[in-house]
Formats: sequence, C-alpha cells, structure tokens
Amino acid sequence: MFRIDPNRVDLAREYKARPFGVHSGDLQMVLNLMRALPVEGHHVLVMSKPHREWTLAVMGGRPPRPRLQPSQVFTSLEAAEWHVFKLRWQMLTGQPLQLD
Amino acid sequence: MTDLMGYCDPQSLAPGDTLRVMVSCLGADAFRCDIVRVLSAEAGPDHPPFREEVVANPVNRDYPARRQPIEIGSFALVPPSPELAACESFTLSLYVYPTLPGQGRQGLAGTWSAASRSGFALVLNEAGAPEVLLGDGKGRIGRLSTDIPLYARRWYFLAASFDAASGRLHLLQQPLADKSFHPARRVSAEAQTDVEHLVRPGPFLFAAWHVEDVARPTPGGGLRAGGFFNGKLDSPRLSRRALSEAEALALAGDAPPSGLEAAMVAAWDFSADIASERIRDLSPNRLDGVTVNLPTRAVTGHNWRGHEMHWLKAPREYGAIHFHDDDLADACWLPDLEFPVPQDLPSGCYTVRLRAGEAEFHVPFFVRPSRGQSVAKLVYLASTATYTVYTNNLGRFTGTPELHHGRLTVLDATDELLLKHPELGLSTYDRHRDGSGVCYSSRLRPATNVRPKGRLWNYCADMFVVDWLSRSGEPFDVITDEDLHREGLGILRPYRCLVTGSHPEYFSGAMLDALDAFTRGGGRLMYLGGNGFYWRIAYHPQQPGIIEVRRAEDGTRAWIAEVGEYYHSFDGEYGGLWRRQGRPPNLLAGVGFISQGFDASTPYRRTPQSRDPRAAFVFDGIDGELLGDFGMLQGGAAGLELDCYDAGLGSPPHALVLASSENHSNVYQLVAEEIAVAHGATDGVQNPRVRADLVFFETAGGGAVFSTGSIAYAGSLGSNNFDNNIARLTANVLRRFLDPTPFRIPDCGR
Repeated sequence: MFRIDPNRVDLAREYKARPFGVHSGDLQMVLNLMRALPVEGHHVLVMSKPHREWTLAVMGGRPPRPRLQPSQVFTSLEAAEWHVFKLRWQMLTGQPLQLD
Repeated sequence: MTDLMGYCDPQSLAPGDTLRVMVSCLGADAFRCDIVRVLSAEAGPDHPPFREEVVANPVNRDYPARRQPIEIGSFALVPPSPELAACESFTLSLYVYPTLPGQGRQGLAGTWSAASRSGFALVLNEAGAPEVLLGDGKGRIGRLSTDIPLYARRWYFLAASFDAASGRLHLLQQPLADKSFHPARRVSAEAQTDVEHLVRPGPFLFAAWHVEDVARPTPGGGLRAGGFFNGKLDSPRLSRRALSEAEALALAGDAPPSGLEAAMVAAWDFSADIASERIRDLSPNRLDGVTVNLPTRAVTGHNWRGHEMHWLKAPREYGAIHFHDDDLADACWLPDLEFPVPQDLPSGCYTVRLRAGEAEFHVPFFVRPSRGQSVAKLVYLASTATYTVYTNNLGRFTGTPELHHGRLTVLDATDELLLKHPELGLSTYDRHRDGSGVCYSSRLRPATNVRPKGRLWNYCADMFVVDWLSRSGEPFDVITDEDLHREGLGILRPYRCLVTGSHPEYFSGAMLDALDAFTRGGGRLMYLGGNGFYWRIAYHPQQPGIIEVRRAEDGTRAWIAEVGEYYHSFDGEYGGLWRRQGRPPNLLAGVGFISQGFDASTPYRRTPQSRDPRAAFVFDGIDGELLGDFGMLQGGAAGLELDCYDAGLGSPPHALVLASSENHSNVYQLVAEEIAVAHGATDGVQNPRVRADLVFFETAGGGAVFSTGSIAYAGSLGSNNFDNNIARLTANVLRRFLDPTPFRIPDCGR
C-alpha cells in the first residue's frame, strides 16, 4: 500500500501553495491517506466566530466529541489546513515537515 | 453551558394558523423567544451582513426554562387486556434476527416490567443468549437461558414456555437453515422455578420492556420503555399453556393447527398494515397494537427466499419489523408557546429565535399566503423535504467525510448539541447503531442543521437565494415541499415562475408530478441548484412531517438498502433514484446529477450556444466569457454538487447549454450511477463529464426552464454586494420568466 515518502517535500509545497483545487496525482494520494485517518484522533475545526475564526479540535471518546485545542486558532481555513497537514505529515512519516 | 433546543409544528402555515413551539433549555432559568423573518444567511465578513427582522408580537418575551427529555428507541406495544392478564402459564415464540447481540440486555417480547419486576419476557442477556424471564412482583424471579449466544444477522426460532402448576420452564433455540455452512446449532434448556403467580395486567411489548408510566406525553402514550432490542422480530405467538416444542413449531406457521386454537392467545402478523403504525393479531382475541418511534417495516422476514422483491407481492415473506434503539419519530415535547400567525404577516421564511445566555437556536417555519389572497406571480419553493431528510446528520462528525469533502470538517456550538444529545435521533444519511440504514426521518424534533447560521448548506445556503429574491423588487410567496406534496398542482396555479433553493434533492411522486405539470402548462421553472429531483421519497400516510427514503439499487448513497427492501413501507412504491424509475432529473430540469466534491468551486465558461438569439435575454448586459469566478461556496459558482446536460437521459434536444464549468479538482468524482465498470479516470481532472451545465429551454404551453446545475451557484449571487455577473444573469432570467409573453419551442425541423 501507498506510504508517504518523507523526502517528497515538493508535495507539501504544492499543497501549501494551493490547499483546495486541482492537485497532482502524487499529492492527492498523500491527501487521501491523511483524510482517511480514523475518527478517533481525527482533526476537525470548531467555528469559534462565524466564518472568520476556527479553533482546532481532535475527535475523541465514544460517541466522538471534539476536544478543543485552544492554543490553535486560525483566521483562515487555508492556514488551518496547512497546520493540520504538517501534523499529519509527522504522524504518518515519523518526521517533522521541514521546508526550506 | 446552556443546552437550548426547540422545534415547531406545523412547519408551513398560513395567516390565521397557529404555530406550536416546543423548547428544552437546560442550564438557564429562562429563555427568550422572538419571531424573526430571515432574509439572508450568516456568511461571514465576505458577504453582506446577516439580515433578520423581528416580527413584533406579544409572544416575543422571556419564558421559564425547563428540560424536556426525548424517549428514543422503537418498540411495539399491545395494550393491557384480560387475555394477557390471564396468562399464568404460557408459551411465547417468535423468529428473531439480532443485529447487536451481546451489547446489553435486550427485550424481545413480553409483559415484563422493570419497575415492578413482574410479568414475563423473552430477552437476550448480556452475552446475547436467549433468556426467559418471569417474576411475581414480590421478589421471586425465575430465569432460564440456553447460554448459547445468538450470532448476529442470522434467523432463529425461539420458544419459551412456563407451566405454572409444575413451575417448569423450557426454552428452545433453533437456528434456521440457509445457504451458508454456518455452525449454529439447535439447543434447548429446562429448569424449575418457584415463581407461582405471574399476573401483571400491564401491556405486552415487543423489542423492549416496560420501565415506568409517566405523567407526560411520550411516544408510547405515557409509557417509558427500556432494554431496546436491535434487530428483526417475526411472527410472534402467545399461548396460554406450556406447549411442547412440536406444538410451538406448528403454531409458528401461518394458521394454527387444529387442536391448538384453544391454546392460542395471540398470533401477531407484522406483514399486515405495513403502511401504518398498527400491528395486527390474527387470533380471535384481536390483541392489536401499535409500533412506537417508527421501527422499519417492509423488511424481509425469516422466510424470505429472494424470489420476490416487493412486500406487496409476497406479504408473507415480509412479516418482520426491524427495531433499533436509536429510532425516533416524535420528541413529544410539551408546547412552551403558541404563535397565531397574524393576518398581515407576509409570506416568507421565518424562525422562532430562541436565546438563553450565549446560546441561540433557530427553529425555521414558513408562512405561505392565505388561500386565494396572493397577488404574487413568483413563488419560492422551500426544500423542506430535503431539510427533513438531512435533519441531524450525525455521520458528518462520526465518519470521515473529509475524504470526499476534500477539506477539514467544520462544526460549531449548535452542531455539538447533536454529539452531546444522541437522543435527537439520526438523519437518513446515517446508519443505525447496528449498521442498518436510517430510512425514516422526522421533523418533529429539534434539528441542529436546519438554520440560517453555521454550515452553508441546504437551509443556510438557500438563504442566499432568498436574500437575492428579497432584493429583486419582485413580490414573491413562499411554499414548502410538504405543501406541494399535499396540494399538488393547485398550489402552483397562481404563479408564473417558481424558484428553487440550492439543493432540492428529495421529491415525492406527487411533488414531481405537480412541478412537471406546472412547467408543462406554461409555468417557468428556475432551478437554482444542483443535484435536484434525485431521490424518490414517501411522506408518511398519516403523520405529517415524516419521510421515508430507501437507498436502493444505485446512486450516491450514504448506505445501501438491504436486498429485498427497496420498496417504501409508507406507499409501496419503489424507492431510490428517480433516474431508475424512468424519470431522470434531466426530463424536468434539462440536467442531472453527475459529480460532487466540496473542496473548491470554479466558474462557468460561456459556450457558442449562449450566442443563440433565443438566449439573448439571459446575457443582457453581461460581458466576458467567465461567469461566477467568485462566491461564498468555495470560491466559484460551479461546485459542491454538479449536474450536466445528457440527451441520453432525457435532456431536451432543443435545450441550450449556455455555459459549462471546467477545471474541477481531483476530489470531484463521477457519480456511481455513471460507472458500469470501475476505472481510474473518474475525477474532475481527467473526466470531461465532471462539470456543471447552465441550461435553458422552452416548454410546450409557453413555459421555460432555467437550470444552473450547481449548488454553489446560490453562493455567488451576493458577491460584491449583489453586483456581479451571476446576479445579473439570474435577474435577467427572472425578469423574462415573469413576463407573460409565451416562450415558443423552436422549430427543430422534425
């Protein structure tokens, strides 16, 4: 099965430049893997101000509920996506994502 | 934190009607109620501000807060009777198909009361093994189990008997043969008990046991039940003496063998009255009962062999009911206030706005014009069927929709209420706890996802259309799907043009017939959405506000209906896609569902056909090739769910495809019904059919249709304060569609 190559930071750069929209096939495989992670521990966003501020949360418990990460507050969805991408990159590759 | 929720009934009213509002408020002493007219969605800093107008009325005030509980879980109930009370000895038999054995004690059938510890019942114990249980209410309890747990999703015959004279208990557990090589085996058990007297003049319950009677309305008529069973029950029989195993098996058939009639107390036939909430006893005693909280009917029974798929054609093979501990038909809350709709209240979209501290909860309702009083030629059809079907979509948070949404899941405080209160019930996008699909949904409960704030979807996204309409200067009325279903074409007759919301996905046959006749008879249809007219639904024949969906055969399905269970229980019609019933959306709208993805939206590009003189009115004052390269719904007018023109599915040959979207992302995939042989070229990057088509065509009778084929279209109307090419184009269409001058179908030369 497909596994993320931690050396493919070019894919991270591609994602950072355009989190939504057309992606290369290789990046889409990375994203599919990240987005299919189990519900337990899955990252979600809690809209803390209507359509202008979002707080990171992690789903946990049974039934699953969002556990807020109050220190992670974003004013754009793109910034939130990039933050979660980095967290998942490290989780799935075992290595922190470092761009030049 | 304050948990504030409410619902109302009815959902659509005319002046003079009275709205009942039911509220539960926990964590505050009082809540504030205001009736507001909603004129837009709350969409954040990139969109014109949220607009709501308070309707001055004496009901706008503070109310004392109280918590109102919800009794979730389905069962069936037979009222107390002398025949039941006289069962000192008994044999209770049934066919059972458990779906969650071993997950808590579950009642199958009997008169057992947990409060008085009296009566008798067949139950599944903690291990999932059958157990017969009886008690005299004075502390003596008898139990007997086979101690062999049932396998999930297999049929068994169970028979429990008790002879009061001897104190002998007997329990038979017999798996039914099927085509598998399954190791389940027949087993029986016997025991003595010192329980002497069983009389308990209470009700007889299926799939649960009696807990207590309460002095408030409950779905069970003041009864609270517990020990809910998950799975199917079929052909229960009750006799007044301890039968032999052979006699019990003989009695399980369609007719009692000669000699056993006198012993029989009840022989319930769940295949009778499937379209209702009645259960029928075929015995002379007529111990009929009712189902509570809408367990699923029209499901395959223990004797279904796969030769017939329609319960109406082989009712004997559909003698089962599927119960779930998370079924809910009606919250049964007491009203906190009543709002008589004033005679001068304009038709429109309203909510009961509830507030307590920082908590806010909107309860939408719709005011239609007084019959015969409307002067408007324009009508907006609120997609209340779709709202009901989506109500409380728990799977959005407990599944991994991010995979097909292409972006992180976002929720807010109101969404969290659903996670905190699972008793609010499920949507037809969810599965029951036992994995079976939810095919009934009710609006008679709080809806956390039908509101003008939060996720820009369905009701909230539709408010973009309402906002645009309210700024158009054209007077318009509002009616709902439920109105259209109930009244048919008659409710549309006063109007020249009908405008839909962003996602009118669910249509009953009556609704579709009415809209078809309206358009065919000269009416003009503006379908401002995507994935419309897709699923066939049935409304409950007696209870307004309850809808059935069978996710049959094909389509973009949140679950897949069990084989043999494709036909609605409410009306006997074949469920599933309209496309699979000879009525693809393309016939009415010129376009049909082709793809979905939720990460990004794109613009449409004008086609050569848009230069046709027939479409000149559409593009009056519009320059440029791109339409809608902006918008609140992922940045473009074409996105989320897309429809395209397809002559093969019935899109009219004279229809003009005015514009098509392009460059959709990898997340957008062809819908399943388009893929006969799976392959890897189905996404927006590789497949040219992944697009939204903007379509116009004329109909016989002087009518016309304009379809956008995209949910995201609505989110582009308000960009740049409603000064943009999508708003202009839509206004051009509206103006012409309100003009009485008939459209004419072009001469196509054949």
